[in-house]
Amino acid sequence: MPLLASVLAACGGDEGSGRPTLNWYNFPDDSGALQKAADRCSQASGGRYSISYNKLPRAADGQRQQLVRRLAAEDDSLDILGLDVTWAAEFAEARWIREWTGTAKRQAVEGTLRVPLRTSTWKGKLYAVPYNTNTQLLWYRKDLVPTPPRTWAEMLDMAGALARQGKPHFVEIQGAQYEGLTVWFNTLINSAGGSILNATATEPSLGRPAVRAAGIMRDLARSPAADPSLPNQMEDQNRLAMESGTAAFELNYPFVYPSMKANNPELFKNFRWAPYPRVDPNRPARPTIGGIDLAVSAYSRHPDLAFEAALCLRNRENQLSAALEGGLPPTLRALYDEPAFMKEYPFSKDVLAALESASVRPITPVYQNVSIAVSHTLSPPSGIEPESSVDTIGEQIDDALRSEGVIP
Amino acid sequence: MSTRARPAATPPPPEARTEQAGPDRAELSAGARQERRLGWLLCAPAVVVMIAVTAYPIGYAVYLSLQRYDLRFPGRAEFVGLSNYGAVLSSPFWWDAFWVTLFITAVSVAIELVLGMGLALVMHRTIFWRGVVRTSVLVPYGIVTVVAAFSWQYAWTPELGYLAELLPSGEAPLTEQWPALWLIILAEVWKTTPFMALLLLAGLALVPEETLKAAMVDGATAWQRFTKVMVPLMKPAILVALLFRTLDAFRIFDNIYILTAGAQGTGSVSILGYDNLFTALNLGIGSAISVLIFICVGIIAFTFVKLFGTAAPGAEVKR
Repeated sequence: MPLLASVLAACGGDEGSGRPTLNWYNFPDDSGALQKAADRCSQASGGRYSISYNKLPRAADGQRQQLVRRLAAEDDSLDILGLDVTWAAEFAEARWIREWTGTAKRQAVEGTLRVPLRTSTWKGKLYAVPYNTNTQLLWYRKDLVPTPPRTWAEMLDMAGALARQGKPHFVEIQGAQYEGLTVWFNTLINSAGGSILNATATEPSLGRPAVRAAGIMRDLARSPAADPSLPNQMEDQNRLAMESGTAAFELNYPFVYPSMKANNPELFKNFRWAPYPRVDPNRPARPTIGGIDLAVSAYSRHPDLAFEAALCLRNRENQLSAALEGGLPPTLRALYDEPAFMKEYPFSKDVLAALESASVRPITPVYQNVSIAVSHTLSPPSGIEPESSVDTIGEQIDDALRSEGVIP
Repeated sequence: MSTRARPAATPPPPEARTEQAGPDRAELSAGARQERRLGWLLCAPAVVVMIAVTAYPIGYAVYLSLQRYDLRFPGRAEFVGLSNYGAVLSSPFWWDAFWVTLFITAVSVAIELVLGMGLALVMHRTIFWRGVVRTSVLVPYGIVTVVAAFSWQYAWTPELGYLAELLPSGEAPLTEQWPALWLIILAEVWKTTPFMALLLLAGLALVPEETLKAAMVDGATAWQRFTKVMVPLMKPAILVALLFRTLDAFRIFDNIYILTAGAQGTGSVSILGYDNLFTALNLGIGSAISVLIFICVGIIAFTFVKLFGTAAPGAEVKR
């Protein structure tokens, strides 16, 4: 046994030298910004720890599965975990992540945008620190639409008019049966003044706003504005459709901007952004936020160092480089006044405005079930019957909250 | 386990079995008894390994299926008897997935049998380039299912794929239930027909040339020779091919996972089990689904052997 232990320790890095290696598991980043942050923080620790950046699978479901499998097996080689904003409650309830307290908590909260912080909180306790955030804007073609629509009704009218003139007219949005569809529904129901769950996340609170939200989704799907592949489309297909010139509008994250610049410079000249369309003309839209929160594994052998390292990874300098190189909107409020960021992100003011009025997806340990109940019932969007679809969602969420029943 | 290991370890030749059926076992000579004991000793390690890698996980799944066990609520775990089975069997999602699975299984295996037989006959009769023909027929089977499924998915996506281009503009077949189901079946058939053909080719080798020539001399047409001579003689091979493919098809996962991920009512029982286990992290319900799939597979195998029992290798004693 001692021999085996020493062999394992040797494999685990530089335990022998007294310098622990903290394993950071996060989404795969191609820009190099995350690796740089890990290197900078290792350097800055003055030899107390080094951070090893491990890439999780590309899709969110794959990331969650890998983390869950390892945590369920009490794997102590995970230290810092990059969680999607919908997982903190689930991981906290399963006792897989540690609560943030004391100085670490104070530093995590200081200067951080309010809405992203809500995603890291479960039952009044903080379980993660927001690393980056994200939200959607309305992207449109200036040559087709001189003034952007303010509401969904206006947007559908404009698309209809463009269709009659034989011009590109699709509204690109995430209509496939997956998380993106739930995000769309969540944005609409919040924009209509409602929410999917009640404040304590104990039961569904759908009601009239949900029926309105479902109605808007159905109306789009049955109008000329709908892309024929709507029921199969995710963010990237939306981007491609917009770049290929078949669409007039696109509801998507800011990554589409550099992509359009690189892939279709001609169209890029007319590529503009505007706030997410409203449901009611006199109530601001409440787009749903995305992003990553950093948590510390309950099985980490170096929790104190892990809290410190997580704070370093999301400090001002590293968030700025993640924003400039990786295109990820920061969670520190102050960075939105940073000239370098404003230059690279011409829409930074709109992103900040959207973030400040943004909504979060239901915060509950059974979020996955809730999301599946929503996306399954609302797919395909053209088949939505607003009243009965919302009733079905309510029943399935009831089951999900009691962790009973089969999910589709 | 032992039922599987026994025939493998001491395969009685068909003639020997018919003779043995009458006399008492006590009449076995000392040498035969010793040989039998040696046989058991030799297969014991295999039995132990089989128990470790199959019986234990199956037993554990049965145990989990009797629990309320949601990974996210470790404190709420408790024994609930058969209530998970009740939840699954009374859920419309299970029955939708079950009928979809049966439909895909029945249609794809039927098509594969016909196509596979055709390919087997071609491979059997080919005189020139025999090796090349057989290899090229097997290519789809050699491609990893997930990789093939991705290429099908791209091919059927409007604006990206060459097959979608052939459809009228605005058609996105993977977004509607029936077109998507047919495309899943197409992907399955494309992928596994070669396997069927290979098994049937082995069966064709069982048909003696002399019997066929004799039938020809008697004036049998090609169709009569096929239905009256070849098919009856190939029955054991057909049974094996159908059984393997049906069991395989019933567990269909990869093609659906990539092509539609189970959306638009195209999910199979395996997809349902996967979603409940890995997405909902509900070990109780997920295990109950897995055990039900296991039972279905058992029923299929049992039915096949009963239906085609007389054709099973070694079972025919009259000829």
